[in-house]
Amino acid sequence: MPHPRSDALALLPLPLATFHILLALADEDRHGYGIILEVAARTDGALRLSAGTLYRSIQRMLEEGLIVEVRERPAPELDDERRRYYRITSFGAVVARAEARRLTELVKLARAAGFAPGRA
Amino acid sequence: MRAYRTLLRLFPASFRLEYGEEMCAVFAQRRRDAPGVVATAWLWLETLGDVLANALRVHTDLLRQDLRYTARTLRRAPGFAATAILVAALGVAATTATFSITDYVLIRPLPFADAHRLVMLWQGDSSGTYRNEVSPANYRDWKAMSTSFEAMATYRNVSMNVVGDGDPEQLSAVSVTADLLPMLGRAPRLGRSFTEVDVREGAPGTALLSHGLWTTRFGADPGVVGRSVLLNGEPHTVIGVMPADFRFPSRETQIWTGLRFAEDDFQDRTDTYHYVVAKRKRDVSLDQARAEMRVVSAQLERAHPQDNVKVVTMVVPLRDHVSGQARMLLKALFGAALCVLLIASTNLASLLIARGAFRRKELAVRTALGAGRERLVRQLMTESLVLAACGGALGVMLAAAAVPLVTRLVPNALPIAAVPPVDFRVLGFAALVTVLTGVGFGVMPALRASNDTGAAGLREGTRAGSRSERLRSSLVIAEVTASVVLLVAAGLLIRALWRVQNVDPGFRAEGVLTLRTTLPLPRYEKVQTRHDYYSRVLDEVRALPGVSHAAFTTGLPMVVRGLIWGVELPGEPQEPGAAKPVSLRYVTLGLFDALGIPLRGGRDVHPSDTREAPFVAVVSESFVRRHWPGQDPLGRQFKVAFQDRTVVGVVGDVRVRGLERPSEPQVYLPLSAGRRQLDHRLRPQGPGDPVSRRRRGARPRRPPDHRARRSSAADLRRPDARGGRRRRYGPALGPGARARGLRRRGHPPGRHRHPRAARVHGVPPPAGDRREDGAGSAPGGHPEAHPEAGRRAGRGRRGGRPGARLWHRQDAASAPGRRESG
Repeated sequence: MPHPRSDALALLPLPLATFHILLALADEDRHGYGIILEVAARTDGALRLSAGTLYRSIQRMLEEGLIVEVRERPAPELDDERRRYYRITSFGAVVARAEARRLTELVKLARAAGFAPGRA
Repeated sequence: MRAYRTLLRLFPASFRLEYGEEMCAVFAQRRRDAPGVVATAWLWLETLGDVLANALRVHTDLLRQDLRYTARTLRRAPGFAATAILVAALGVAATTATFSITDYVLIRPLPFADAHRLVMLWQGDSSGTYRNEVSPANYRDWKAMSTSFEAMATYRNVSMNVVGDGDPEQLSAVSVTADLLPMLGRAPRLGRSFTEVDVREGAPGTALLSHGLWTTRFGADPGVVGRSVLLNGEPHTVIGVMPADFRFPSRETQIWTGLRFAEDDFQDRTDTYHYVVAKRKRDVSLDQARAEMRVVSAQLERAHPQDNVKVVTMVVPLRDHVSGQARMLLKALFGAALCVLLIASTNLASLLIARGAFRRKELAVRTALGAGRERLVRQLMTESLVLAACGGALGVMLAAAAVPLVTRLVPNALPIAAVPPVDFRVLGFAALVTVLTGVGFGVMPALRASNDTGAAGLREGTRAGSRSERLRSSLVIAEVTASVVLLVAAGLLIRALWRVQNVDPGFRAEGVLTLRTTLPLPRYEKVQTRHDYYSRVLDEVRALPGVSHAAFTTGLPMVVRGLIWGVELPGEPQEPGAAKPVSLRYVTLGLFDALGIPLRGGRDVHPSDTREAPFVAVVSESFVRRHWPGQDPLGRQFKVAFQDRTVVGVVGDVRVRGLERPSEPQVYLPLSAGRRQLDHRLRPQGPGDPVSRRRRGARPRRPPDHRARRSSAADLRRPDARGGRRRRYGPALGPGARARGLRRRGHPPGRHRHPRAARVHGVPPPAGDRREDGAGSAPGGHPEAHPEAGRRAGRGRRGGRPGARLWHRQDAASAPGRRESG
């Protein structure tokens, strides 16, 4: 279902966990623990999502159409049947980009105020 | 892993079902990745916090979803929503209103320090059938001999005329000992409390004002402290003003004065007129205090075998100072309200089941889309709770509006305000009732609906199965049961009311106006002065157009005022404390005509029945039946109020204790042979309502020198006018009901309807105000000379209670400070 841009804006600002999950799913489908590891890796271990936070976020993101559960699974020897794999939707990508723009604008403002490194 | 799975049960079932296994997998992986015991312990701690926080958030998310869905659903069915809310509101309102009254009267602590340790001490008999106030001597001995109490105080009720600084006014006053207020943990908001100096014999009078009196009479003047006011002609210095929320012993008390005992007050242990309040020590239980007081009573009985025979001390928590009748009524009312709530809940459940039948397809679709049973039940329960919450909010508003309408159920015996507050305690109860109601009427339909959401639900015309029928039957049974209980209770109440209404009170209330007079001292100290006043008033009132009869009496029927005496008959041995009681009243000529009490034989009292003539009495038929069955009573003699008296007349019986209770036989003595201050009772004749006629001025003129303020005249049919506190508990005995009942009792119309008749009466001042003639004369209520009369009269002059009694039975419904005489 196509989501208008206004829907994407309505979701902003994204919760931190949601944005990181979208980033973790940007390049490939991942299962829950894979997302935790990816987020931890992307943030150099600064953010380690708990299971509760992860799956509560996933539940909301599924309801909001930011991600979907995918049926394709890896080879059985690499798989755990309890795992479920998630993929970012095109709407999820739109929302992630919108959030990134929002953050960029925010950084620009911070930089202009001298609160962030770089040129205004 | 079992522990983690257990922890996951904090999440909603639907969430657990969806993500539980994966979360377990993640947790297992993290456990494997955790190096060492410390890391594992840290992982567990982290996981615990994570689960607790996120479970709450998930529940909140679901609730938000369900509330949005509920709002949409109810908007689509406004009729159903309004009906359900109104039904729920009715149940919650009834329960909350009755709870607020019941809690206020029976449960919540009184507004005093350590109120649960406060008790009242009474003199009673060993069988516990009656309880009396306490004689000063027994109070003094109890205080000295007992060790269970950290404080003990006494007080007595007096009526006081205040003159100067505005209109003369009759005040409801209480004389208290100095230790009362500290024991209650209350202090004046202005000025100081009583001290031992204030209550010494011969000390100058001191007074504490109630906040109400300070506001109304003294204009809330902070400089009132130190001013002198004339109370019953004696100067009293205002030493302070009590806070607005202080009420003791009843909410009607307007002023407190220092209670100054004299040594004479301790001479007679049969003269019981004080109320005793005590505070148990922290480590002494109520049973221990009672046990000790039993021992003290036994010691006092041995020490004073004549006066204290069979007298025991009753220790009653101050909180329980509510009559059994009031207690029963409140409990019955609360029970009835719970039945109403049950009926409302079953009705709501039926409504929801019926609505569930319409929603089967919707629920089946949701099930087909993946909603589990728990999710559906949760959604339906949310709907029920939303309806109940709306109903509860409306119900609380209705209850708040209704509570002032039922304040007659708050006994004025208690030291609390008339209107219960709607505070957090009541709101908490309302919230609890609301939740229970929501769950009560919602859970069954929700379970029922969630069970019936299979594929069949998608087909048109499918019918609910036998399980649904059973549920509906159960609801109908519950509703019918509650309805039957209510109906039976209401039926019994109506039957009791009907029976009471059909009881002949023995007098006619229609057209009778009553007026209460209090004559100030020392101006009216002389008996002759008082009699002259009474005669003048009666002459003037009888001359008024429309007045058919006018008379004075010491007490109205059905009012626990007036005297209860023991009688002695010639030849009958008398044991101490075993005298047969009669209701004694002093009256003037014409009272029986004014009240429609039939004269069965002999004659009425007459002004010629003076103290110089032989002492005479008029007795009731029940008196004759008790003492001289089947014999002619006229000319016979008996002893009452210290004198042998000859029966000159017999009148019909009057229900002096009320319609529902047996009354003592009555004895009427002529005022002209007594020394007592009396009420007056007039009977104007003329068109129109007697009350309005009274307002137009059909009142006795006040003598120019009369500085006493009459209390307002009132229709005798009004229970308040008769001071019938017990009546206040009985809506069945409200003024309208009573008036109708009196009309139904089958009296000839000519006797019942007196469109041109009205009567006015008054009741006497409380005994503490009465003063008798000079030394050697009898005390109030004892019109004849008696060896003890002198000292009692002396007490009267000090403002004590001159009326000694041989016999007095406590009305269980009466309150400290409310009962007068006996």
